Amino acid sequence: MSILVNKDTRLLVQGITGREGLFHTKQMLAYGTKVVAGVTPGKGGEWVEEKVPVFDTVKAAVESTGANCSVIYVPAKLAPDAMLEAADAGVPFVVCITEGVAVQDMMKVRAYLDLKGVKLLGPNCPGLLTPGEAKVGIIPGHIARAGNVGVVSRSGTLTYEVLNALTQHGMGASTCVGIGGDPVKGLNYIDVLQLFQADSQTEKVVMIGEIGGTDEERAAEYIATRMTKPVVSFIAGQTAPPGRRMGHAGAIIESGAGTAAEKIKALKAANVKVASHPEEIPDLLK
Amino acid sequence: MKLHEYQSKALFARHGVPIPKGQVASTATEARAIAQELGGRVVVKSQVLVGGRGKAGGIKLAKSPEEAEALAGQILSMTIKGLPVRKVLVDEAADIRKEIYLGITNDRSTRRPVIICSSEGGVEIEEVARTNPDAIVREYVDPLIGLRDYNVRNIALAINLDREHWKAFSAIAMGLYQTYVDTDATLAEINPLVINGDGRMVALDGKIDLDDNALFRHGDLAEMRDLDEESPPETEARKYGLSYVKLDGEIGCLVNGAGLAMGTMDIVKHFGGEPANFLDIGGGAGADKVTAALRIIVAEPRLKAILINIFGGITRCDEVARGVIQAMKEVGITVPMVVRLVGTNEEEGRRLLADAQMITATSLADAAQKAVAAAK
Repeated sequence: MSILVNKDTRLLVQGITGREGLFHTKQMLAYGTKVVAGVTPGKGGEWVEEKVPVFDTVKAAVESTGANCSVIYVPAKLAPDAMLEAADAGVPFVVCITEGVAVQDMMKVRAYLDLKGVKLLGPNCPGLLTPGEAKVGIIPGHIARAGNVGVVSRSGTLTYEVLNALTQHGMGASTCVGIGGDPVKGLNYIDVLQLFQADSQTEKVVMIGEIGGTDEERAAEYIATRMTKPVVSFIAGQTAPPGRRMGHAGAIIESGAGTAAEKIKALKAANVKVASHPEEIPDLLK
Repeated sequence: MKLHEYQSKALFARHGVPIPKGQVASTATEARAIAQELGGRVVVKSQVLVGGRGKAGGIKLAKSPEEAEALAGQILSMTIKGLPVRKVLVDEAADIRKEIYLGITNDRSTRRPVIICSSEGGVEIEEVARTNPDAIVREYVDPLIGLRDYNVRNIALAINLDREHWKAFSAIAMGLYQTYVDTDATLAEINPLVINGDGRMVALDGKIDLDDNALFRHGDLAEMRDLDEESPPETEARKYGLSYVKLDGEIGCLVNGAGLAMGTMDIVKHFGGEPANFLDIGGGAGADKVTAALRIIVAEPRLKAILINIFGGITRCDEVARGVIQAMKEVGITVPMVVRLVGTNEEEGRRLLADAQMITATSLADAAQKAVAAAK
């Protein structure tokens, strides 16, 4: 088993003919992901890589192909519309890769998707990967092997470091989920930890956090009270100055809250082993 | 992006929030003319984007236009917390009977706008949160519905506001909320909202922080940016869409992805070095962006080594390599460079860089240790 996506996932790509959408669609196809449809308004009727039909709307794409997951690569201005369109067309799981979506837009989008019962991952995230089965998003597939470690992270590239380190130590991932670096987003640590706790393939979990907000602290509380599987963590931003946004919209120490030190303290109190740098994680999993 | 008090209050006024009469001045003579026109006592307020202006001596009361001129002259020559005062706001003085705090911000954990209100206005809300948390009232707003009258009544009742003020308070809260929505603010705050001797409510001071991600639909607001808020390399970085934060160390870091950029800084420190900056070239950066990033890093006078750490996903290692090569041609790079390229198109990237004089590394720990050694 794995969580959220697997070999039966029927994927739809929104923004499939754009620069990033096209590049990563090829990568996802090469990985073996079942990409069943693409959407670019105005380009309905075209084909991508001679095997993926392009539609003008998500509604049309879902009706023809039965897509049950959508991944979004459209520019930030258009991303809120894309997420709402996917939800309205009945796609049950939406993954938004796009970075730079306005926060007030995201609050509305998330509230609407919650009403519709649609799961959202991201935005500003690398997507997710179930090694050997499905790659949805931009995580480089070749760096990960299938295994028993569940990975959940707010970061993109930092997650690749960890997957790479796991592979080099002969370990593999059940599913790797990048929840994204925005302050308002879809699935959060606790949602994913819950899925890992219930997943029979996952035996251990790696949780990668960073400065800003209190999501890691709340996850620590969940781990302490509800989880039986061991969790190893790394928190980025120990050297970050307060009051400055460190790239991610959500990575900022505000009014002295959201520091790496506080998060590490909360995680250690929940019996989570915290690595001093990312490549130390495999040793802590042993 | 932060707006000044005078800009924030002008936006509030546009949405029906009463503000004091006043105008902004860049010279002492202008300040005198404004004071003359207002008549009576005025307040001269430095316009800088930091808190604690009053404590720093940047807000003064003047009883005459002559005094306003003299005080404006003093304040305009000040530097507050490292920021030069370039403008003062000259406002009519208020006869304050009561001070209230009223603010709206985005609450991360509930993913909703939250109205924060306190009967203890005039001091920073963080201070009230520490000393008297019970004095703070929070009302969460459904983002799909917006602020409703009953939300405002909940707040008014909770802060024990006299009923005679409820109507005025409601209009102000609605105006503040509309300002927050119309400007895509991440924070819109009136502190203090005062009740005057004649019973009128006025927003004496105001603050708006804008969402940088929403500026694409607010060209007029984007133009209000005060470049003093950021250092020149930060302005340069923003132009190229790079996330950059200057730090005090000697190892320049060029990384893709915010988390990895922070992780790279942390590991440099872990192995005994000090990062000179945070720099995230973002996802899918092309060669030009990488060149611009290196130009910014090289300008740092204390720089002793550069660490380039790329883990390609949406970013392609070959594009980064092209940017590095272009930068080496355009900018003289005299410090040692440690390069680590992993992920999308890594072979092509490594092949492009094979001829350049660079220290290469495979693991993150290896790269950090080599950079620390090279900076010694």
